[in-house]
Amino acid sequence: MTLNRRKLLTRTVLFSTLFQKNKTSEAADLDIPSWTREPGAPILKKPYGKPSSFEKDVVRRTFTKMRGGQGSTLTPLASLHGIITPGGLHFERHHAGVPDIDPAQHALIVHGLVDQPMRFSLDDLHRLPSVSRLCFIECSGNTGTEWTKATRTDVQSTHGLLSCSEWTGVPLPYILAETGIKADARWILAEGADGAAMSRSIPLAKGLDDVIVAYAQNGEALRPEQGYPLRLICPGYEGNMNIKWLRRLKLGQYPFYTREETSKYTDLLPDGKARQFSFTMGVKSVIVRPSGGMKLSSPGLQEINGLAWSGHGKITKVHVSTDGGKQWTPARLDGLVLDKCLTRFTLPWVWNGQKTILQSKAYDEAGNVQETRQVLRARYGDNLYYHNNGIQSWLVSESGDVSNVFI
Amino acid sequence: MAFNLGWFLNRAMCQMYSYNIYAFFIAIFIFSEPCLAAQCPGTSISENDISRWNIDISKNSPLPSGSGTPLMGKKIYLEKCAACHGETGEGMMGIYPALSGGIGSLATTTPLRTVGSFWPYPESVLDYVRRAMPLNAPQSLNTDDLYSVVSYLFYMNHIIPQEFSLNEKTIHSIKMPNKDGFINEKEVNRNKNTPRDELRSRLGICLHP
Repeated sequence: MTLNRRKLLTRTVLFSTLFQKNKTSEAADLDIPSWTREPGAPILKKPYGKPSSFEKDVVRRTFTKMRGGQGSTLTPLASLHGIITPGGLHFERHHAGVPDIDPAQHALIVHGLVDQPMRFSLDDLHRLPSVSRLCFIECSGNTGTEWTKATRTDVQSTHGLLSCSEWTGVPLPYILAETGIKADARWILAEGADGAAMSRSIPLAKGLDDVIVAYAQNGEALRPEQGYPLRLICPGYEGNMNIKWLRRLKLGQYPFYTREETSKYTDLLPDGKARQFSFTMGVKSVIVRPSGGMKLSSPGLQEINGLAWSGHGKITKVHVSTDGGKQWTPARLDGLVLDKCLTRFTLPWVWNGQKTILQSKAYDEAGNVQETRQVLRARYGDNLYYHNNGIQSWLVSESGDVSNVFI
Repeated sequence: MAFNLGWFLNRAMCQMYSYNIYAFFIAIFIFSEPCLAAQCPGTSISENDISRWNIDISKNSPLPSGSGTPLMGKKIYLEKCAACHGETGEGMMGIYPALSGGIGSLATTTPLRTVGSFWPYPESVLDYVRRAMPLNAPQSLNTDDLYSVVSYLFYMNHIIPQEFSLNEKTIHSIKMPNKDGFINEKEVNRNKNTPRDELRSRLGICLHP
């Protein structure tokens, strides 16, 4: 490991020397730009700040064909840093558009197999003890298009149904302590107030574990696209179960068998049977820089930078291969490494200018290892679609162009 | 000077809450006087009060009263559903899902998941149409129209005959072709303790009897 690093540094220095001349001549052209010679914009020109106009291409994108409010948008992973997804770039999946909910008229109803059905206003929820935690949300359809072949060109399109926020709200057990629980309750139906009245069944055991009724995201009230004013956060579970615009929790003895856990979000196996209630998102990682659609400007030092996550717990390590999976090198886990949270990894890499394939492989504390797509396909067949947590491969050509390849 | 017990307990709870939320709940347990319970956030309501929101339908829950036949349902379907899902439920490729066909396709390379080929329970179809369809006017169908249009979906898939009257009782008799097509993940039924015990152990409190 130490030897590798030393060798790498030596080579880096060599490359730096090669390009030194070029850099010096650029430095001589430096002028004093206009923004240094005059005052900038006055304060409060934008009472709610926005990104620089030069970042205008860092936006959500979609492959959804137009249809009344249904569809999804993708987070621009390649342009982001750290582990927090800015609120305005968090991926979206709506089944009947984004409702504009007046919090004063909204309520959370908790009923069914409880001792006392109750109604909670936003004010009520703000009075209960609050917690904040970071966790990722990933749509279980994320990377579904890449299950049997390389379909999309860039990481926003292949892996962009993935985001991570700090969520603040009331732990569900505190709310259930108010209503009480009947002894035969085993499941919770969570339902949204949107036009789809989106509904999913959540095991009560999960609800008593780490589920939060969230009213805030990354320090501010939830964004409308993320469920304003209330969202159920089920850390590590598939995105669809993190019910947005939450209005109702009903405790029951059995699952409620909603459309979203029968017709959708079930995983079709080769014999025609479908796996149901496959809630937890598997251990997964992806290199976001370099990634599909990018071009390496020249051989020499690059930073391989990516994200790893697991619905089973913390990421323990990430290995990176720069030769199509023959050799694997441990990457550095950067910053916070948290339970069911995006984890940033980095690895310095000297590209020798030759064609190669970049891959990453994540490990989690529950002992799960991210597997190749061949292994997953051999296990689950071609029709699974949901829960594709296979290893992503990026091909670097001799010209430096990076593209999506299926291995 | 009279000692104001309510005030004292309130202050004590606020103090404890500010230090430790678990202590707060222990305090609720220790000082669970009715006067303080009334100050807990949230309002008690009855199941009657929430009937308009209590819309879920499943094979294990009571169903709304109403009835309809495929003949009545066809008219509603053509008026409110066919524009997106097609006159025969063929759907619009990649945009609006097909509702009919696909029986026998699940184990092939081109599986078609429809009401007929994939949905395991008739009650789930009723639930989904009631909560989310038609897309431009969800929750607008009355109960008879709901049973009618759903019966037409079953008829379209050759699951029931044209004269079948679908209602809150007859719906349970319908056997969907893919009824046994699902396998539960093992982790789902991992509850060993009763939820009450689990909640107690998490919060360190005793629930009301």
